[in-house]
This record gives sequence, C-alpha cells and structure tokens, in this order.
Amino acid sequence: MSTAGAGTGKGAGLREWLLSEQPASRRQARLGLGYRTWLAFRANGLGMVGLGIVTALILVAIFANVIAPHDPLIGGDLRTERLLPPSLDHLMGTDELARDIFSRVVHGARLTLLVVALVAIIATPIGLLVGTVAGYFGGIVDTVLMRLTDIFLAFPRLILALAFVAALGPGIENAIIAIAITSWPPYARLARAETLTIRRAEHIDAIRLQGASSGRIIWGHVMPLCLSSVIIRVTLDMAGIILTAAGLGFLGLGAQPPQPEWGAMIAAGRRFLIDYWWVATMPGLAIFVVSLGFNFLGDGLRDVLDPKADR
Amino acid sequence: MSGTSAPGGVVGAGDRPARRRPAWLDRIAALFGTLAVTLFGLLLVTFLIGRVVPVDPVLAVVGDRASQSTYDAAYIELGLDQTLFEQFRRYTARALSGDFGESLLTKRPILDDIRRAFPATLELATVAILIGTLVGVPLGVWAAVRQGTLVDQVVRVVGLVGYSAPIFWLGLLGLLLFYAKWGLVAGPGRIDIAYEYSFTPITGLLLIDTAVQGQWAAFRNVVSHLALPACLLGYFSLAYIARMTRSFMLAELGQEYIDAARIKGVSERRIVWVHALRNAAVPLVTVIALSYASLLEGSVLTETVFAWPGLGLYLTNSLLNADMNAVLGCTLLIGVIFVGLNLLSDLLYTLLDPRVRRGS
Repeated sequence: MSTAGAGTGKGAGLREWLLSEQPASRRQARLGLGYRTWLAFRANGLGMVGLGIVTALILVAIFANVIAPHDPLIGGDLRTERLLPPSLDHLMGTDELARDIFSRVVHGARLTLLVVALVAIIATPIGLLVGTVAGYFGGIVDTVLMRLTDIFLAFPRLILALAFVAALGPGIENAIIAIAITSWPPYARLARAETLTIRRAEHIDAIRLQGASSGRIIWGHVMPLCLSSVIIRVTLDMAGIILTAAGLGFLGLGAQPPQPEWGAMIAAGRRFLIDYWWVATMPGLAIFVVSLGFNFLGDGLRDVLDPKADR
Repeated sequence: MSGTSAPGGVVGAGDRPARRRPAWLDRIAALFGTLAVTLFGLLLVTFLIGRVVPVDPVLAVVGDRASQSTYDAAYIELGLDQTLFEQFRRYTARALSGDFGESLLTKRPILDDIRRAFPATLELATVAILIGTLVGVPLGVWAAVRQGTLVDQVVRVVGLVGYSAPIFWLGLLGLLLFYAKWGLVAGPGRIDIAYEYSFTPITGLLLIDTAVQGQWAAFRNVVSHLALPACLLGYFSLAYIARMTRSFMLAELGQEYIDAARIKGVSERRIVWVHALRNAAVPLVTVIALSYASLLEGSVLTETVFAWPGLGLYLTNSLLNADMNAVLGCTLLIGVIFVGLNLLSDLLYTLLDPRVRRGS
C-alpha cells in the first residue's frame, strides 16, 4: 500500500488509471488495489496520526545527528548545567550528568527502532517457518510444533523475557534476542491457520503433481501467501515490543548506560523524580507517543485490511 | 529454541476425541491433557534456561575461594556430573514435590519466599481486576450501543492509551502527583510501619486481615497504599476488557433474537443489559480470566515502582542478584498460575455455554 500513495498529486490522469475498472496489466491492477487501500486508510483519522508518528520516528532516527543540538553521551559543565529545567537551550532539560535530555531522546529513537526492526526480522521468519511447516505436514509434526508453541505462550511474555535475559546476561543484544524468542508463537499460530487453508488449494496440488519437493512448496508457494497477514500482525505487536524493551531497560536488564535507551533513562530519572520531574517524564513521553503511534497505525491497518475484525 | 523439541512420547497425549462420551467431557479431558504437556514444557524450558546461565552454579554455592576438593564435592552434590537427562529427571522430581532449592539472598527455601510474597500480588491483582471489570464492561457496552459516535471514539482512544503507556512510567507520575505533590494517597509499600504490627497476619491479604480484626485505622492505611497501584493496573486491564466487551456486544446486538425482543416490546435497556450482555458474558469470562493472569505479568513493573513486596518485586530482586533458583522458581510458578487460569477459563466457558455443554 506504500507505493501507490506517491501518485495522489500528479493529476487526474494517473488517478483514473489507478481506479480503472478494467486494468490492462497485472501491475495496474495491483497498483490500483494499493491505491484503493490507501484511500480507505486515508479516511481513518487515527490511522493517519499513527502513520505520521511512525514516519516521524523513522526520520528522527535517521537524522538524529542533525536534529540533536548536543552530544547525547557527553554532558556539559557538571557544576552549572546539571538537572536544569526545560528551556530554549535544553528543550527537555538536562539530566544528572548535565547531558541534554532532548538529544538523548532523539538518539534513543535509533535504539527503539533498532529493537523493533531486529525483533521483527528475527521473530517473523521463526514464526512463519514453524507455522507453515506445522500446517503443511500436519499429523505428528503439527502436534509437536504446536505444543512447543503453546508452551511458549504459557509464560507471560515479560516474565519469559526476564528469565532469558537473566540467563544470557543484561545488554541490548540479549534483550532483543529474549524479546524475539517470546514474540514468535502468535505468528506461528497465525501462519499455521493460513497454511491449513492454502494447502488444500488447487494450485498447490498442481505444483505437487509437477514433482516439487515439500520444502520448495512451503518456501516458494505457501510462505509468500502467509506473509501479508503475519506482517500485519507484527505491526500490531510493535507497540508491545517497544513496551517490553522499555520495561527491560527500566529494570536495568536492557541497554546499559550510557546508552540513551528510553526505559533506562526513566530508571535513572527515578531517583530525582520529586525535585526534577522532567528527567523521568520526558523519555516516558517519548515511549508513550511512539507506541501510541504504532497502535493507531496497526488499528487503522486492521480496519482497512480486515473489515470483519472488531467493527 | 528450535533445538528443544520435546521427546516425542510425551507430546500429544490425551487429545484424541472418542466417540461415545459427551462432547464436553472430551473437551475437559483434552484440556487436562494439554495442561500436563504444557506443565512438562514449563519444566523443560526453565531447566534449559538454568543450563545456559553463564554463572557457574557451583561457584554460586561455594564461593570463588573454595578449594578444588570442596568444589568437586559441591559439583557432585548438585548432580552436575550426571547426564543432562538425569539432571532433568531430578529437577522435575524436586519441582513436583515443591522443592526449588534455596534462595541465595534470603537463605530460605524458594517456596517459603514465594508463599510469603504471593498474597501481596494476589491482593493487588484481585482489586485491579475488580476495577477493570466493573468499569471496563459498562464502558464497552456503552461504546457498542453508541457505535460510531463520539462516545465510541473516546472509549477506543482510552483503550489505545492503555495499550501504549509504559505502566512503570505512569506509576512514577502517579506517585509524583498524588503522593508527593498532593498527598492524596500513601506512598510506596503495602502498609505504614506504624500499623504493621497492630494486627496478626492470617491470610496475608491485608484488606481482609485488618477488616476482620476491626483495625480500621490500619485498614484505611492499607486502602490508601493500595489505591494508586490498583487503579493503574485496573486501567490497563480495563483497556482490554472494554475493547473485547464492545466487540462481543456488537456481535450479539446484530443477532435476530434481539430484533425479536424489540418486536415483542422489551425495553431497550433490558435488551442491552440483560438479553445481549448475558450472551456476551460467556466469551467475556475468558477475557477477564486472561487479563487477571496477565496482571501478574504487569505487576512485575508495577511492584518495582511501588516497592510492593509481592512476587514481581521478589523476581526482579532475585534477577538483579543473579539468584537463578529464585528466578526459575518464580517463572515456573507464574507460568503454572497462567496455565491454570487459562484452563479455568476454558472450563468455565464449557460450563457456561449451553451449546458447548450439550455438545451440538
């Protein structure tokens, strides 16, 4: 749905071409569908707000060096610039090491985006693989894999992530691994459900008759069809991933100081909460706005792409 | 964790439907089969996590100045010379008899510590789920009745905010405003030290203990400590409960029996709150049970912020001190509670829904 949006301002010709009832090519049909989805999504106010917030997050993460007015790791003069309240020079004030909180929040966007992206990159293929293999083969393979999935679902997510981080040791890499390990089971369930409907389809029978191996069928013909619904589900989960990462950071098990991770920044500001409220409040606000953005976006996407759900 | 697929014989037990027995009995049998397999999995996962710890379990017991012979003796005593399978067998046997070892921090058996901490968590979670249900269900019904209006939008945003705000951050802000600035509630902890010995602990649930013994000053103090964390956790479960209530109610209100009731002239209020809600309540029980279970998870962060001496705080303290016995014991216990509540909600669902009960 991202490709079609670019064409909105280029005049009526393109718009008509996109909305044509008789597309001349497969590409036109596909772009037209994307454009219609985009039009439906654009009418969803909260969804657009979410899209704006997520876009802003990505831009801030890319241009963090340009946007941040100060160094995120090296503070100013410890005698005069510690714990300053928000002002024009320090938009969000300074922390206990005289570092500019706004610059740290801006650089923290990179860490947040890194966590979300890596968890998605690790957990999606695991869930997709487990789910499609279980659904395609059925029988004992299905039972074993799905019971394994159930076991992971039996732990509350944060508790399991905590136990993994405790075993692997604190740090942002281990936090990412722990969150990924706890994230894949719902994707596996979803991919399995999709596979169960796909594997009965005639085109799969046709490929099998041509002598394709199971691996080839799963990789080339089942997985691509499951991909879109799993990706929507991952988008819906991203706010949860951010909150889990922030929670681990808050407990001191995620990113380690002096990294400007938002959860860890709140934990550091906790000691100064009563007299210097901004130290803990500002990074929390950043977490809140970003996960609200992902939730709005996911909610809007679901409304457009799955009209049955929750309406 | 793809390398940890469980031994084939145990997996898949008790799931095959038989012909003659009533369907609900099969369903319950299947649930217990699933329960057994899941519990086995919980044990396996916690065991394996315990195996990959970079901390040497022997050094944790004897200290790093022990002589080689002490080290070797402890090594054998911990059973580390056995095969992995034998170690797992012993771990399972001990865990099933309630022995999770000793805490490095408190020097007490883990189960004692957990027994001491659990009532605090239980009290907090119970009050929170009551708040979440009593507010969340009416909100959800209201949003469903006024679907598409401003009310609906507001309820939706209230829910999404609940999904998005980090609970530990809201907790800190709550403490800052309601405790430090305005003095409306008591601060961290469960009870002020002045009241701590004014009554004898019976259940460990302070609300009940103080009320039964007529210690009303202590009771008020407990309520004042409980108010903020319970409202916070309640809000988070409210977000989920209201959303699910809304969608269940929408499904019911679209049914034909609602039209029939309207034609018969039943009042709109009765249609919504009696006819539709009673049917929506069946799946709602599952939702409420699940959010009750997940309050245990959310309470890890909340308890840390409010210095609430429950399971979550115990777990984080053990984590930060690399006390793996305690961590795994807690993880296992929370997993068991989680599974238990899941099972309970499934059972309730089976009993409440006449269609499932009669097995049509």
